Amino acid sequence: MTALTALVRRDVRVALRVGGGALIGVLFFLTVVVLMPFAVGPDLALLKKLGPAILWLGALLASLLTLDRLFTADHDDGSLDLIVMSRTPLELACAAKALAHWLAVGLPLVAAAPILGLLLNLDAVATGAVALTLFAGTPALTFTGMIGGALAVVLRRGGLLLSVLVLPLSIPVLIFGVAASNAAVSGPSPFGTPFSILCALSLASLVIGPFAAASSLRHGLD
Amino acid sequence: MTLIDLANPSRFLTLAGRILPWLVAITALVLAIGLYKSAVAPDDYQQGATVKIMFIHVPNAWLSMFVWGVMSIAALGTLVWRHPLADVAAKTAAPIGAAFTFLALLTGSLWGRPMWGTYWEWDARLTSVLILFLMYLGLMALWRAVEDPSRAARAAAVLTLVGSVNIPIIKFSVDWWNTLHQPASVIRMGGSTLDRAFLIPLVVMAIGFTLLFLTLHIAAMRNEILRRRVRTLQMLQASKSAA
Repeated sequence: MTALTALVRRDVRVALRVGGGALIGVLFFLTVVVLMPFAVGPDLALLKKLGPAILWLGALLASLLTLDRLFTADHDDGSLDLIVMSRTPLELACAAKALAHWLAVGLPLVAAAPILGLLLNLDAVATGAVALTLFAGTPALTFTGMIGGALAVVLRRGGLLLSVLVLPLSIPVLIFGVAASNAAVSGPSPFGTPFSILCALSLASLVIGPFAAASSLRHGLD
Repeated sequence: MTLIDLANPSRFLTLAGRILPWLVAITALVLAIGLYKSAVAPDDYQQGATVKIMFIHVPNAWLSMFVWGVMSIAALGTLVWRHPLADVAAKTAAPIGAAFTFLALLTGSLWGRPMWGTYWEWDARLTSVLILFLMYLGLMALWRAVEDPSRAARAAAVLTLVGSVNIPIIKFSVDWWNTLHQPASVIRMGGSTLDRAFLIPLVVMAIGFTLLFLTLHIAAMRNEILRRRVRTLQMLQASKSAA
């Protein structure tokens, strides 16, 4: 347990320091959201309607693009080999790394969502709903994306291919995240149903992600 | 002859050479019967002749999921049993599965135009099959991205197993969500809702297309093994001439 806490603490610290790039995710999120009004026009009513979808899409892309560093940075400096060889089960180590990644990258995205909501003319209810669904849904993005992060170690030059492989897996999260946000804002349909499915997706990916990532790391490294 | 005997590629090649001509003949026969039966099947009282698209569409859609199932078993073969032919099976199945999925989408959209009034609808089953198609393409890209086939095989195997989560979602999407696509009618509790005049051609076509997949898959596996041998020989020759 201490080894895992140490791993989480180390990863968060590395991500927040110079060269870690945790806050670049938030900056990217901001840029994507700012780009949207240029693309669809500064119509406030339209932006209000599209707001939850834009925020979700931005968060999805931001968390996806930071994921390829999850294992490759450790692979480059050799610490990944130590983690694989250590007595801690690799699945748990992967889960710890993903948790640290979510704390350093996912949580700032959730925190930034209400501020960006102002730019998109979202009211308090919609902003709260988007922040809540992002809080429940971003772990699923991190833990399924982790599989792609592990594949990046095998591929070396993953980049674009990684996004192609991981994006289809994150479609259900996107669907239910946006559905829950929209239900809270306008819909006659209840907020609870899609939100529960979103939580279920997060919990399921919490189980599947570490095992798949650990197995592809174990097979990819030797 | 058990599965482990086929671990030797040469033995697989001889077996494939012996089976393939028969398989081709049976496939052609069943498909011919199926096509004839579909051609003489009566028109639907509502849909007219367009109902016959179903005889092509349903087998393709069923194979799009079946091939991913085959690839998942092959992925288990790569990761768990370390069967030497499993990665050949997985690699060669992907393009065939992608083709079946594409045909299912294409025939479905051709049928949708006169029936639903649109080529495409963002309906749960259509969307999940489209995701399946994207995953097939991603998997093929992954196979091409890694040079060493055994490394590529293990990476692709993990991804195939993760992607297999999508298969039950596709299968039950029409039951879970109330969608435009009609719910399951051939295999369901309380028997098929299809009339025998439509059911028999459909079943024959489904068997025919499954046989077609088997034929194409075994032939593609044979080609892949030969291709790997040629590559090894070329590398040997290159290293010899370099020395």
